[in-house]
Amino acid sequence: MAHAETHDPNTPLEYRSETGRLNILGFWIFLGAEIALFATLFATYMVLEHRIADGPSPGELFEVKSLLIQTFLLLTSSFTCGLAVHEMRRQNVKGLITWMAITLGLGLGFLYFEIEEFLHFIHEGANIGTSAAWSGFFVLVGTHGAHVTFGIFWVTMVLIQVAKRGLTPATSAKVFITSLYWHFLDVVWIFIFTAVYLMGMVMHNG
Amino acid sequence: MASKTAANEHHGFPWKHLIGFVLSIVLTLFALWIALETDLSMTWILIIIFGFAFLQAALQLLMFMHVTENSTKSNLTSRVQIGNILFAAFVAIVIVIGSVWVMTAGHAKHDKHQHAPNTENHEDHGDHGGGSEHDSGDHGDHGSH
Repeated sequence: MAHAETHDPNTPLEYRSETGRLNILGFWIFLGAEIALFATLFATYMVLEHRIADGPSPGELFEVKSLLIQTFLLLTSSFTCGLAVHEMRRQNVKGLITWMAITLGLGLGFLYFEIEEFLHFIHEGANIGTSAAWSGFFVLVGTHGAHVTFGIFWVTMVLIQVAKRGLTPATSAKVFITSLYWHFLDVVWIFIFTAVYLMGMVMHNG
Repeated sequence: MASKTAANEHHGFPWKHLIGFVLSIVLTLFALWIALETDLSMTWILIIIFGFAFLQAALQLLMFMHVTENSTKSNLTSRVQIGNILFAAFVAIVIVIGSVWVMTAGHAKHDKHQHAPNTENHEDHGDHGGGSEHDSGDHGDHGSH
């Protein structure tokens, strides 16, 4: 099937090769599986969140300030990641790399505050083995944090490739796929924000 | 919709992204305000903040991730993408609500049963501290299981 030249000349680079198209479609399928993975971890946490043994309850230790800092860092990074893809589609390599670098910086900031928060919880007597509730919390939120960490390495590698090879159908498909991954992490965080933090604080307050 | 290919939106100012970003911030802060500063009942708070969460997830998918975008002239790819994500969302909701329902609604009854005086030979409760069985109904000392 000779697709190569049948495109609208405006078709973004990442969709111009068969491999690029199939990889992007395949990545959407993978995200569906990731949704199921996180759903099981959410279910575990939500079933166990009242089983606090002799430790503190999650809602007792959550702090609005730290929550908002993390949320805005990740939310903004999702926005700047979108801008990076926007620049990529205008063939602006410099814009792409600049916005992606900002995205990575915000991602690192998110990780910094998340780790600081984890250390704070541990200091307050809530570690992964304290109770079923805290085990569920650290596994769920930690899995998300591990995804962010992986994403930072992955995006960095792809950016190095873009810097070396320029924007080709292959590299632009990779950038687009990493952008889907990054946005997805923000989607997961929205639900952590709501189901873990907000619900925890609501139940603790009354 | 049918002719909406990936081609159309990569020129000019990224309004779609900006609108998505502003709405996300508004929804986040509004959810926080509803949860912490209002006197609504727990049920309403849950309905509203989860409604906002799903709305915000939809915003990310539509405004940032271009889920409706097609790689070819036919809209097959976007249908597969949207169908797959909706199905995954359905699976997620069934897993979460199903688990919570099974493990809380069902378990509460089980606990009540356990508190009856003549049930000490229930095989799966051997590790409960004898004296603490009546404390706090359902959530007392299960954490160590």
